[in-house]
Amino acid sequence: MKYIDEFRDRTIVKGLMAEIGALAKLKTNLMEVCGTHTMAIFRSGIKQLLPAKINLISGPGCPVCVTAQADIDRMLTLAKLPGVIITTFGDMLKVPGTQSSLEKERAAGCDIRVVYSPLDALEIARQERSREVIFLAVGFETTAPAIASVTSDARAGRIKNFSVYCCHKLIPPAMAALLEAKEIRIHGFICPGHVSTIIGTRPYALIAEEFRIPCVVSGFEPTDILESIRMLLQQIRQKRADAEIQYRRAVRPEGNLSAQQALSDVFMPSDADWRGLGVIPKSGLKLREQYQAHDAEIKFDIKVEESFEAKQCLCGQVLRGVKNPSQCRLFATVCTPEQPYGPCMVSTEGTCAAWYKYHR
Amino acid sequence: MKNDKRILLAHGSGGKLTHRLLTELVFPSFSNPILDAAEDAAICRLPGKVAFTTDSFVVQPIFFPGGDIGKLSVCGTVNDLAVMGATPRFLTAACIVEEGLEITALEKIIASMARAAVDAGVAIVGGDLKVVEKNACDRIFITTTGIGIIPQKIKISAANARPGDVILVNGFIGEHGCAVMASRQDYGLKTSITSDCASLNGLISAILAASKDVHVMRDPTRGGVATTLNEIASASGVEILVEEKSLPVPEAVRGFCELLGIDPLYIANEGKVLVFAPEKDGPEILRAMKRHPLGKHACAIGRVIAKADPQVLLQTCIGSTRILDMLTGEQLPRIC
Repeated sequence: MKYIDEFRDRTIVKGLMAEIGALAKLKTNLMEVCGTHTMAIFRSGIKQLLPAKINLISGPGCPVCVTAQADIDRMLTLAKLPGVIITTFGDMLKVPGTQSSLEKERAAGCDIRVVYSPLDALEIARQERSREVIFLAVGFETTAPAIASVTSDARAGRIKNFSVYCCHKLIPPAMAALLEAKEIRIHGFICPGHVSTIIGTRPYALIAEEFRIPCVVSGFEPTDILESIRMLLQQIRQKRADAEIQYRRAVRPEGNLSAQQALSDVFMPSDADWRGLGVIPKSGLKLREQYQAHDAEIKFDIKVEESFEAKQCLCGQVLRGVKNPSQCRLFATVCTPEQPYGPCMVSTEGTCAAWYKYHR
Repeated sequence: MKNDKRILLAHGSGGKLTHRLLTELVFPSFSNPILDAAEDAAICRLPGKVAFTTDSFVVQPIFFPGGDIGKLSVCGTVNDLAVMGATPRFLTAACIVEEGLEITALEKIIASMARAAVDAGVAIVGGDLKVVEKNACDRIFITTTGIGIIPQKIKISAANARPGDVILVNGFIGEHGCAVMASRQDYGLKTSITSDCASLNGLISAILAASKDVHVMRDPTRGGVATTLNEIASASGVEILVEEKSLPVPEAVRGFCELLGIDPLYIANEGKVLVFAPEKDGPEILRAMKRHPLGKHACAIGRVIAKADPQVLLQTCIGSTRILDMLTGEQLPRIC
């Protein structure tokens, strides 16, 4: 298939592997901060082919996984409000809150609907004017512009029964927080491809400069990821710390300016609570004042009991790259995709789910 | 019938409307001496070892490119018998119909079942039709039960895979699931993919004529090829290696799956069979498959490598090897 087979070509892979082999002289930790990269790496089996000195670490790149337990509990509270329709992307359904999950609440009778686009959620609100429709906005910069656009449509169309529970998070502040914490030594970042189509490379350039760490925006095919690894190793060898783009067929240095405009029209940066990382200043997005009528957090009185994560669950440390899933006592023993204890085992982009599926 | 437009609760009450539905639509469509006797149970004569299976069909939408719930309900049960090496003979069919279903839809489904039964050489010898209130089911659910005869010396079982076996499939994978998903229109995608829904008993007769030593046959329906291979690995206690580059995934299915971020190896097929046989028999079986209309794209996709802890491994397109697990949960389209 055109534009697929070329990027999975075994001869090109061999060539890149040889170059990586020649550059890999010292132990090097490279972190990917995108769940789709995590999955692509495991699915193609890249880890097994790399020289032992190159260690790929999965970071906080799965939006469902980094959602704080308290936020999940608040979503469950919203779901139980009378007359409410919860709309969400499918991977939130199984995420365990302190007491329950959306899947369990749906089975118990709550109206929880999986949508494939926030536009579908707005359409439900248009059709069911007597019901309150809440969209659970969990995601990074990639999905946020679509939510911005839909929220703006809801306001313009006076669809008052539509609101958003906003858990949007921004990737670059989390990367900086990981570097500041110095829990693990990271020598380079494989930067997210889809997030970067929106934000471009400027946020990474600031990180590269401040922390002297190479950043490369990567595509998702095996040769993309391998070329990104080679580019990172070259920067390390040349003692450079730049923000480069490997995924040139999709990402521009300036990003998508109209998407950025849509984001800043509707959202403003806010402090956000990340699972495993805690509260990171200005790492989230909240709706601006003129959109507060569509902010579920303001519209509804959400009270939750104290939130707890599952005992012994290492999702937090896995998200920081400090531990890998096999170091968790729950992993693949009691915690499985069918019966997950933490979100990293639930989401298709979660690190534990990737290890479980491809690498046990 | 001609004046009725929709199924009413009364069509399932056992009274006059039920009677009319049966005599005007069902009996003429499926007519055969056993059914036409119209007794409370079908009386059949069967020689030798019997294979016996049942399956429920709830596909939504009920009409999809390449088939419909009626055809599927016949082919699915025929295939479950055929992959055991049985010759399918008799089927019963129980339909649960939602009040309000268009009579024309029911007529199309019954006609489609009748055609599929003729094509597969089976007789529908009994059945039932109930009507439930609106929203108590989704348009129509069908359960079919089938009986087939297993010829002497046939010993096919999911537990029979052995090291050295080659694994063959009779053609393209992933078509049925993708055709159904695309026709649900949740994703707003238009595709040319049609379901592979077909009865495999003819093809399987050709396979069994080509080799006396077929170890395992199984149709990779729900959960797809990956899940079925895992079931066989577990039942036989073997390790299986599949080569990604040899998997027959048609371009349209690949495109659909790449766009949505789902894996064709986990997508349901309704006209495919996985065959495990000694490597020496592989070429002859492949030739027999390719001569059959349902096996034109037949190929080898892997082999059994060892008697070991059950495991399926995939040699990836870039030459690495990883686990190919069973489907867990359901496949979700990626969101970003």
